[in-house]
Amino acid sequence: MAGLVPVLAGCQGSLSTLDPAGPSASLVAGLWWAMLIGAGLITAFVLILLAVAWRRPEGNGADERVWTLGLGVGFVITVLVVLVGFGFWVGERILPRDDGAVRVTAEARQWGWTFTQPGPDGALLETRDVLYVPAGVPFDIEITATDVIHSFWVPRLGGKMDAVPGRVNVARLMADAPGEHEGLCAEFCGIGHSVMRFTVVVYEPGAFPDLTVSGGDDE
Amino acid sequence: MMSDAKRSDATLPANPPQRALTLHRELTAVWTDLPGWRGALASVNHTTIGLRFMATAGVFFAIGGVLSMLIRAQLATPRGAFLDTALYNQIFTMHGSIMMFLFAIPMLEGLALWLLPKILGARDMAFPRLSALGYWCYLFGGTIILMSLLAGVAPDGGWFMYTPLSDKTYTPGINADVWLLGITFVEISAVAAAVEITITILRCRSAHMPLSRMPLMGWYMLGTSVMMLVGFPPLILGSILLEVERAFDWPFFDVARGGDPLLWQHLFWLFGHPEVYIIFLPAAGALSTIIPVMSRTTILGYGAVVAAVLGLVFLSFGLWVHHMFTVGIPHMALAFFSAASALVAVPTAVQVFAWIGTIWKGRPQLKLPMLYVLGFFLTFVMGGLTGVMLAIVPFNWQAHDTAFVTAHLHYVLIGGFVFPMMAALTYWMPLICGRARVPKLGEAAFWLILIGFHGTFFIMHLTGLLGMPRRIDVYPDNPEWVLPNLVSSIFSMVLAMGFALFVFDMGMQWFFGARSRRNPWQAPTLDWAMTLPAPAYNFASLPGPGRDDAAAAVMLARGEGILPGAPRGWRETLVVESGSGRPDHVAVLPGNTMLPLATAAVIGSFFMLMLAGAYWLTPVAIMAIVLVVWRWGAVMGSGRDHALVDAAPGLALPLHWQVRGTLAYSGAVATLVADGSLYACLLFGVGFLSVVAPGWPAPDSDLSGALPAVLVAVALGAMSMGSIAARLAEAGRATDLARRRALLGVIAGAVALAAMTGLALLLDDPTRHARDALRGVLLGFAVVHGVIAALLALRTHADARDGRMGASRRGAAPVWRLWQDFALATTAVSALLVAAQEVL
Repeated sequence: MAGLVPVLAGCQGSLSTLDPAGPSASLVAGLWWAMLIGAGLITAFVLILLAVAWRRPEGNGADERVWTLGLGVGFVITVLVVLVGFGFWVGERILPRDDGAVRVTAEARQWGWTFTQPGPDGALLETRDVLYVPAGVPFDIEITATDVIHSFWVPRLGGKMDAVPGRVNVARLMADAPGEHEGLCAEFCGIGHSVMRFTVVVYEPGAFPDLTVSGGDDE
Repeated sequence: MMSDAKRSDATLPANPPQRALTLHRELTAVWTDLPGWRGALASVNHTTIGLRFMATAGVFFAIGGVLSMLIRAQLATPRGAFLDTALYNQIFTMHGSIMMFLFAIPMLEGLALWLLPKILGARDMAFPRLSALGYWCYLFGGTIILMSLLAGVAPDGGWFMYTPLSDKTYTPGINADVWLLGITFVEISAVAAAVEITITILRCRSAHMPLSRMPLMGWYMLGTSVMMLVGFPPLILGSILLEVERAFDWPFFDVARGGDPLLWQHLFWLFGHPEVYIIFLPAAGALSTIIPVMSRTTILGYGAVVAAVLGLVFLSFGLWVHHMFTVGIPHMALAFFSAASALVAVPTAVQVFAWIGTIWKGRPQLKLPMLYVLGFFLTFVMGGLTGVMLAIVPFNWQAHDTAFVTAHLHYVLIGGFVFPMMAALTYWMPLICGRARVPKLGEAAFWLILIGFHGTFFIMHLTGLLGMPRRIDVYPDNPEWVLPNLVSSIFSMVLAMGFALFVFDMGMQWFFGARSRRNPWQAPTLDWAMTLPAPAYNFASLPGPGRDDAAAAVMLARGEGILPGAPRGWRETLVVESGSGRPDHVAVLPGNTMLPLATAAVIGSFFMLMLAGAYWLTPVAIMAIVLVVWRWGAVMGSGRDHALVDAAPGLALPLHWQVRGTLAYSGAVATLVADGSLYACLLFGVGFLSVVAPGWPAPDSDLSGALPAVLVAVALGAMSMGSIAARLAEAGRATDLARRRALLGVIAGAVALAAMTGLALLLDDPTRHARDALRGVLLGFAVVHGVIAALLALRTHADARDGRMGASRRGAAPVWRLWQDFALATTAVSALLVAAQEVL
């Protein structure tokens, strides 16, 4: 276990998918580590098979069906069924549900974000490049764009969702604890793409942060 | 075991042996390129054109590689000030576009052109002039794209050119036009290559070599070319639509007027995902050829490998949506495409295990091509596994558009294409230049490339999972990305040195290598049944039963095979029945001509005029294209009947002028497959927008009156008349009736076009709504096909008038009939579609 500490330390970062801060990102990070172990084992298996094939003394011929049907079809399909099933189960758990979660909106443009969310007094609050959400409760984010295609991504909370002009896509996220998370535009959108960042401020429910302090109020 | 299975039941007596040198001189005089610069411009020989394709692709690979080094230099530090953002965007767009369209595709076309006739036992490709046309289109289109980089107006929207970013509002300059027009120009060469690769494999094989026993390379290339025929048209259509939107404001992708930017993504990835397998299959074909030879055995599981190829071709068209998992498609639909994407691992794994099993049953030798094969195994297995990961939807939502995807795609493209192609180049180099390689250099290049590659891209998986998106030029706030980026940048320089050394090694072999002995690898296939380097005519006499492997080299050189020499002074090759390989007729192939160069030049002038925005001048270019293409038909007919040719004792075959099922006819069918794919994509576009796009229903149309219905009826009636006239003209080919019936076809075509012109005047303003724009495109499709049908009728008329038709000579009538029927069918479907839109 001690050997894992430096590895996991290398996984930290304000935009790291491997340093999850919400259930959605945690599920996907778990999926990743499981797939990594599986992929490592399969790579090792194939390379060992290759090494044995190379070095073994010439003997009886190979049985074609063992290689093509057994390994190529049987083995691979078994792995895929498990993996695709697992992936589908994870995906279903991440999806938005109609359960009255907090709704916020994100509107992307070249090159910035406009968010609306419930403010301190419960009324809708519009902000630029800072999104305020309560900790510990799921929220649905309605994502759209006014000009070109962008993509809304807060890696430590969960997967990305494209902001497409003329459409509203909904993603469900949740942050475990109060704090700040970095977000960015993940779809190339022109000259300002690299700097199209935003911040998600997660607050204790009922304790909306002081806008004048965090400096994220509407312009 | 394989050698027993390979033996055909058919036998063919040998021709009497002759002096090999006499035959060689006779054939060389007929088949060789002209001397000097005229030879370079007029060559249509597949060996020349194939090598030229590969060499030019190599130059573009070097240019794309230099661009990638600029990218790595910029990303080596978080505040890279090496390039400004606008230039950086041009450079990564050009890197991707060049590597995909100007390196990978032309490289595999070059390999196919150069290799297929040799390995299948023919003297040239089915359509030598088309080879040359494809090359010139590629060279001119690639040059246009390259010039834009020098002029600072290169495409800058990413290699998949997502709209609206690439539309006129957000890319007002010509950057996007360069991409759309230049790439479409190059695509012409890809479709041309696909047509001739398909027909060459189906009809220009060795006598009595059934499809079921052809070398695996044939199956791989057939899969590739069929995918190109079906897979390139979606991109061509998308590019046409986007260029029309940019040039004339027809709103196919404008969401405010009934368009949808997702239509572009669907069309692009309908091409883009098959594209990955189009690139992979020829490389896998090289592996299936090289691994058994290097292991001194035969391939394990020929049938399973063929089934895997067919499975890949089929599956590859069902998983384009996995590039679009984040655009907001319902989860159940995503699950379907996720499963389909994962399933593609099955045919791939079947091949990988068949190759390992081949090594298992053989005695492998660690020669240079085999080193690259081992590099392939290591790299491609990892790239395939990350591909399966990306097919899993929730993981894709995190990894999509990050450096993880950049790492994955380089693992599959360099692992699955570049390593096998380097194995192929080192393997076939003795046949290309007749020389053995210089020791040691190749191994050094391999290790530099392998270490440089994995050093660059392995850690990039982590960079992506740490959140680094694609296509950013600075990352001042992310210190955790600094180290992995620096590692990638340093190793990328090692990789570049490795490629440079590889090129140097090739040059050393070409200029200074010792003469190679014949068949240096002891390979069984026909490509080694010739002297080194390969002569212009490949085989002094063509292989057949009993003389169908490398061991037959001497017999073939002495003229014991089919069609020895060039006694009639023509470039002759054998054409077979596609399934069984039974000899069908002898095709007389065209010799050196500058017609392909002239054709590419006039097509290029059309694209340049479009690029310059001089739309009013483009009809002149179109007229010039028609005039030049008219001349292509000149050598296709013959003014007299010819005697049967004695190909071998007891085998007398007609020349192609006197059969109906010519190569040209098969080529026309293949072209219509591509054309049909384009039309199907257009119908998909109509359906997609009317069901999915937000801005519908469209405003009321003025097309619902009686006059449009009458005009449609006139057009369809005239086109039906054309179909009847084509049949009657062919039936009356031996008499004077043919000429008059062809003339009737011309008149019918003119009436149809006149009716369609009337319809064009009645169309709703195509800039108003995507529905009206799509109707304009449907009508445009019908007009283009009507014009070509009328020209084929005119060609048939000319053939009849000038004596190129007779009891056994059919002129252009069969192709005219084929085209006329296709034009009629598609126009009728379009008319029904518009009628349904109006009624429903």
